[in-house]
Amino acid sequence: MTASNIVTVDHLTKSFGKVKALQDISFATTKGEIFGFIGPDGSGKTTLFRIITTLLLPDQGQVTVLGLDCVKGFRELRRHIGYMPGRFSLYMDLTVEENLNFYATVFGTTINDNYELIADIYSHIEPFKNRPAGKLSGGMKQKLALSCALIHKPELLVLDEPTTGVDAVSRAEFWEMLKKLRKYNITILVSTPYMDEAMQCDKVALIQEGKLLSVDQPEKITDGFSRKLFSIKASEKYHLIMALREFPLINTAYPFGDSVHVTFRDDRYDDSLLTFLQTKGITGVTIDQTRAGIEDRFLELMTP
Amino acid sequence: MNEKVISVHNLVKKFGNFIANDHLSFEVYQGEIFGFLGANGAGKTTAIRILSGLSRPTSGKVMVAGFDALKQPEQIKKNIGYMCQRFSLYEDLTVKENIMLYGGIYGMKKQLIRERTKSLLVRLRFEEFGDRLIASLPLGLKQKLAFSVAVLHEPKIVFLDEPTGGVDPITRRQFWEMIYETAARGITVFVTTHYMDEAEYCDRVSIMDEGKIEALDTPAELKKKYQAGSIEEVFIRIARHGKK
Repeated sequence: MTASNIVTVDHLTKSFGKVKALQDISFATTKGEIFGFIGPDGSGKTTLFRIITTLLLPDQGQVTVLGLDCVKGFRELRRHIGYMPGRFSLYMDLTVEENLNFYATVFGTTINDNYELIADIYSHIEPFKNRPAGKLSGGMKQKLALSCALIHKPELLVLDEPTTGVDAVSRAEFWEMLKKLRKYNITILVSTPYMDEAMQCDKVALIQEGKLLSVDQPEKITDGFSRKLFSIKASEKYHLIMALREFPLINTAYPFGDSVHVTFRDDRYDDSLLTFLQTKGITGVTIDQTRAGIEDRFLELMTP
Repeated sequence: MNEKVISVHNLVKKFGNFIANDHLSFEVYQGEIFGFLGANGAGKTTAIRILSGLSRPTSGKVMVAGFDALKQPEQIKKNIGYMCQRFSLYEDLTVKENIMLYGGIYGMKKQLIRERTKSLLVRLRFEEFGDRLIASLPLGLKQKLAFSVAVLHEPKIVFLDEPTGGVDPITRRQFWEMIYETAARGITVFVTTHYMDEAEYCDRVSIMDEGKIEALDTPAELKKKYQAGSIEEVFIRIARHGKK
């Protein structure tokens, strides 16, 4: 590993009975990076994070975090990692301030020592510092959990699905907060099922069924889309999809928002497509070439 | 296609001094895919509970599938389907047992349940899974099955509360194709989601903020009105404005 790598995972494998949760995972993150793991439930994101945070043991492979082996060096490592689990795991019957104080004390520090680091985030919930954590709204709980994960000034911050079930506004705010942490040079591993959040990361790993499909900068992942992609719209979306699937030159047709994203076998179509759609009774058809997004690439990688 | 299956007029729901729903008025038509969006805490869940007969309005008139939400909530429950992300099917029952159970709850005759079970399993290409426990199925299959069970009794409306959370992109699309197919059959689909791109799959979308419906139109019209490139932009503008 190079000196600047914060996390190095090398041929990591983990099974639970017959379930292969992680299969031959390898990647590395450098200092100060926001590294995103994008994949559905059950793809292995949480298992991976639990191994990196020393809460689970790998079956095979080497995981090095901050220069320490995550198995042998777990005691030391835990002092330098901030972890926000997917399930809200603060003390519901302690107040906001008591929770934060508790976490600071466990790590041998105080709120004052590292206040600067959390100021941006904590100031939103400080007016409610005497409220029990269980009585906070979803967005406020998320901010408190992030404050608690940061209070000991970790070098590595691991966030397991911090934005799941959170509305679009709170999600946007959360990403703004993460980006502000850049100036402290904290490396951030974050997982999400929302494909659109990939573009917020410096680097992204697409994960599915315990395997990494692709690891790269988000722009490079989308550039990896191997075909010409077309966006087709019509007034009757459902009939459009069904008709497109019957068209002989079609390769894939997936609904995407208000259009259908289509690839053709030879990357091109001719007038026969419009004629074909007309005979199917589909009107108001527009066809435009479009740029692939992360989700297009994910779909392509899922169906080799 | 113009029959109103949901008609809400000045719906108000208060909890003590807190106004969760503040004079909501809207209509949803037969066979429509209606997206019900809003920030966390905007009052969506409260409204859905009233529309599905689980809670009574404080004031206002709410008609669902031809029944009054204040006076005939039990009739409403019989004429709707409901599916949410967290609770869908009984994990320790088999696929067929779950279908039997729900069919029974909806008061369907055994013969009809058997017929629908068969066609449902064929349609989902699920024939070999009939005797498997739900717990042993992957999430994507569970979600698709849960949706099919929610419309087993051919309700007038099906409510979907964040149905696609956490599933992979292919399953998510298969799920939406099932929604399209269901709507094309004349069943109204009333759906909430945090995936803003999914809002664009809907025929019409409403966006709630602080107990009120701030916008309601087709995705195309909303984007035009707010001069936005996506529903996400529209949503963020409305919900941020409310926070100030």
